[in-house]
Amino acid sequence: MAVCGIKLNKVMFSLSLLRNLRLRNERFVSTSLCRLSPEEEPPKFTPPSKPVIVDKTQTVASLRKFLSPEFIPPRQRTDPIKFSMERKDMIRRRKVVNLPEFYAGSILAVTMADPNATGKVNRFVGICIKRGGTGLGATFILRNIIDNQGVEICYDLYSPRIQNIEVLKLEKRLDDSLLYLRDALPDYSTVDPNIKPVPISPTGEVPVNEIKVRMRPKPWSKRWERPNFDIKGIRFDLSLSEEQMEHAQKWAQPWREYDMLKEYDTSKLEEQILSEVQLKMSK
Amino acid sequence: MALPLLSRSLAGLLVESSSIIHQRTFGVTAVAAAIQKMTRVRVVDNSSLGNTPYHRAPRVIHVYTQNGVGKVGDKVLLAIKGQKKKALIVGHKMPGARMTPRFDSNNVVLIEDNGNPTGTRIKVPIPTHLRKHEGEYSKVLAIASAFV
Repeated sequence: MAVCGIKLNKVMFSLSLLRNLRLRNERFVSTSLCRLSPEEEPPKFTPPSKPVIVDKTQTVASLRKFLSPEFIPPRQRTDPIKFSMERKDMIRRRKVVNLPEFYAGSILAVTMADPNATGKVNRFVGICIKRGGTGLGATFILRNIIDNQGVEICYDLYSPRIQNIEVLKLEKRLDDSLLYLRDALPDYSTVDPNIKPVPISPTGEVPVNEIKVRMRPKPWSKRWERPNFDIKGIRFDLSLSEEQMEHAQKWAQPWREYDMLKEYDTSKLEEQILSEVQLKMSK
Repeated sequence: MALPLLSRSLAGLLVESSSIIHQRTFGVTAVAAAIQKMTRVRVVDNSSLGNTPYHRAPRVIHVYTQNGVGKVGDKVLLAIKGQKKKALIVGHKMPGARMTPRFDSNNVVLIEDNGNPTGTRIKVPIPTHLRKHEGEYSKVLAIASAFV
């Protein structure tokens, strides 16, 4: 019996050796044969699906067609050569620094060179409340509330001081200009500076955040209920009475939409400039 | 006798009118002026003078600049709680140069006559371009909690 036990031990040892003897993924001898296999057939082997590792923190290059609004020249009598020259400079700048797609309502983090800041670099996180200007003078305003103090910074998009623009959350709002957030409750413009970037889908429509903000009591910086602002993102029913809303309609100019001299259809121009920009950017 | 007097008065008139013309060639309205006389301000340090409630908001009664318009880094004289006190502007509502912050309120920090701050802490962020005046107001910058 003792001999048998020793032999068994030896066999087990050699087996364990064999098990250890693996070259990469190949197995020389199948060691599982020694096990007592039951009579019924083992279930058919189905290879597990290969895990697709997507690094969601990495921002993917957008595949949707997007032309930054400052490329479209204003409707005026200026010589078009001025705008084409500006476009050339803008493309040169865009080749150096990545200026991503964003809209009013998106949350951005801007890093800019600042000789007065600690470390010579200033990073500001906030919600974009407005995009303005055309050509090289394009700007955008970021707003945030830090220590219960509303702070806004107006950035020059093509300023050489800008080092990086990071889109933390890409979304649109109901309006193109969110300047009314100055008169809204502070929660709507508060952004955590350590917010993690929300993954952006490179295709498809940009999501629209249909939030309607609640305003502070009435003395506002502007009369946002007036029709010339045409604001959809405010809950007027909470701060204004029916009569007041009706009274604001006194300043409506409904004939303006039929004014043919005010028409400016940019769709053809946009396509033309977009193809030009894409061609030059790929060079 | 009369002629030299007349000429002198005429010259004086001329000088006066020319000084008026050269003083201000554009209108400075309340909107275009960041902080001027009678502007109500918010005291953002933790000094007891600026934080005890009072029925009258602190007002600027003088701005120590050439044109009477105060921007970030300028000194002002406040009427606060029935007394006069100097203060330093550390942020205003009017947008300044590009890439500099604009605040939702007109912020000041109380300072003594020699430039030392009255409080020991500033509760709100301070614009970084105030550091250009590092030499004069280094003690104010030292008590700041955050910069934007």
